[in-house]
Amino acid sequence: MGIGKCITMAFSSIMNNKGRSFLTMLGIIIGVAAVIALMSMMNGLTNMITSTFEDMGTEMISVSITARGQTRQITPEEMEDLVDDNPTVLRAVTPRITVGGTVKNGSESVTSSATGVSSEYSDIINLDLAVGRFISYMDVEQNNNVCVIGSYIARELFGTIECLDSDLKINGTKFRVVGVIEESADSEAGSDDDCIYIPYTIAITMSRSNIVNNYTISAVSEETLDQAMAVIKRFCYENLGNEDYYNVISMRELIDMMQDMLGTMEVALVVIAGISLLVAGIGIMNIMLVTVTERTREIGIRKSLGAKKRHIMQQFVIEAGTISSVGGIFGIILGGAMSTLFGKLVEIDSAPSPGAIALAFGVSLSIGLLFGFLPANKAAKLNPIDALRYE
Amino acid sequence: MRFDFLNNKNNDKDEIKEESGAPLVKFEDIYKIYQMGDTAVHALDGISLEINRGEFVAIVGQSGSGKSTCMNIMGCLDTPTSGTYLLNGRDISAYKDDELAEVRNKMLGFIFQQYNLIPKLTVEENVALPLLYAGLGDRERRERAMESLRRVGLEDKAKNKPAQLSGGQQQRASIARALAGNPSVILADEPTGALDSRTGREVMEFLQKLNEEGNTIVLITHDNSIAARAKRIVRITDGKIVYDGPVEGDKIVASRMSAGG
Ligand SMILES: Nc1ncnc2c1ncn2[C@@H]1O[C@H](COP(=O)(O)OP(=O)(O)OP(=O)(O)O)[C@@H](O)[C@H]1O
Ligand SMILES: [Mg+2]
Repeated sequence: MGIGKCITMAFSSIMNNKGRSFLTMLGIIIGVAAVIALMSMMNGLTNMITSTFEDMGTEMISVSITARGQTRQITPEEMEDLVDDNPTVLRAVTPRITVGGTVKNGSESVTSSATGVSSEYSDIINLDLAVGRFISYMDVEQNNNVCVIGSYIARELFGTIECLDSDLKINGTKFRVVGVIEESADSEAGSDDDCIYIPYTIAITMSRSNIVNNYTISAVSEETLDQAMAVIKRFCYENLGNEDYYNVISMRELIDMMQDMLGTMEVALVVIAGISLLVAGIGIMNIMLVTVTERTREIGIRKSLGAKKRHIMQQFVIEAGTISSVGGIFGIILGGAMSTLFGKLVEIDSAPSPGAIALAFGVSLSIGLLFGFLPANKAAKLNPIDALRYE
Repeated sequence: MRFDFLNNKNNDKDEIKEESGAPLVKFEDIYKIYQMGDTAVHALDGISLEINRGEFVAIVGQSGSGKSTCMNIMGCLDTPTSGTYLLNGRDISAYKDDELAEVRNKMLGFIFQQYNLIPKLTVEENVALPLLYAGLGDRERRERAMESLRRVGLEDKAKNKPAQLSGGQQQRASIARALAGNPSVILADEPTGALDSRTGREVMEFLQKLNEEGNTIVLITHDNSIAARAKRIVRITDGKIVYDGPVEGDKIVASRMSAGG
């Protein structure tokens, strides 16, 4: 018997039992939708996070010194010398000193933190300014009380980003705004727009520690990243004398680690969603067993007319396969809609990938075939005379 | 009621159906015993019988005498407890399920008391089923199904569902289905059982006509007047053959039995 004929028959039997077929499919629909939605959302999130990090520059390397005491440290000057000595692999360096506190303009105040950096910083992390300029070499050298602020700070304190030359106070110290950074995250608290940069020389004074523990270095290119890392690690080892006293990590490594983590999470979520597909498969098996019982007489008639085992098998396996693939298609539509909606809400591209769709469809079809097999086998093995007598 | 008779085309070349010179049906000491707890029901109690090509045999007997059991074994739907069944000279007792399915498909045509049409299929699809399992192509199936329906005068109902037909029409559809595969033997178990006497008579006339065209027919009935339309009668009582011969001889046996019973 032709497969096409079987599929047509399967469809008409689905249509004859719309309510029951739908309930049977529901498990598959939900399972497939969950798998598709989770895969697409996780994919969208991973891409979004990755590209955010990549925008900052994948050739960025972060050095943090964990050694305690004055004797073991690396000064900004030493770091700059290192960069100057290795121009083929290292491009620029900036210290990073974070000073947390209250930022005020008259009665307007926000809690934020200022980061002390060098003039190289804006190049290293690809900062774009909306107005004004970044902290200059002279500002650093001359300990000028100037700052560059994010759009969130500007809006909170001044109500506008057009606030050049206005004054603000960080923990009581007065700073002049010389630049405002381009908005990148809707000017929300805690986002990339919630930032203040000041010359690191001033930050050292404000932090009252006199030590710089964090540096951000940019390598010349991603290709020479490994060499750059090696140079930095050797330098740190020579200066600090113990591998435990410093930590050198590149943005690339960070992205890879994060992608790994998100990937693991995705697998875990999809496996959980996949369990519902298994349950759905058992539902299909159950309904197919009922169908076989209901059609015992039909099976007997077919056998009396010369249907072989494989004809009967084929009919029921294909019917189960059809139910689950139709459910799979609905599930894909639902899952696609869910992930697209999610994508719209959080503004990421989470359209389901063709791979996810193919996987979901393949899985739902195979579940139908797999779980349809047992009932079909039961039907095929029926003794014709018993089947014919069945009422 | 009008039955159109077209020539029965014998264009099948299946090896299984090739005339072997042996009787079409040969039962040798067939037993069918159902074990019901402690008691053994001998539905068939040592039946030996031969049916040749072109015969029209009626198997008669009272309810529970074993007629249906006999036909089910003859139709390869059931297997005997012991004894040999030679169909067209072949011992089919060792045949596997799928081989028996093939034998049923190629050699046997069934007409059941309850018609046994599949409700969700159209009349034409029902009639085409044996051809489907014989592996015929779409077009040939449709042509032969229509031809078969024409023979029973139902071509105008081809697209209807069985439930939209009268009982007599449904039985004709099931006859068309039995004929479609051009079988060597047509087995009819109480084909008139669910029909009124006039429609039943028409069905019988049609079976007679088929026999005149050369078809071998085995008819099962408990009704002596229906059986009288066959050429040969095999009377079964309690699983044993008590008469096997021409219709005329059976009348004596039948009257003696009813007098005795
Ligand atoms: N599956 C079965 N299990 C047990 N006993 C059975 C079974 N099938 C038939 N029998 C018994 O075998 C005997 C013959 O049954 P069969 O169906 O052949 O009778 P029949 O002559 O066709 O009767 P009717 O005219 O009522 O159809 C009966 O006594 C019946 O009870
Ligand atoms: Mg019977």
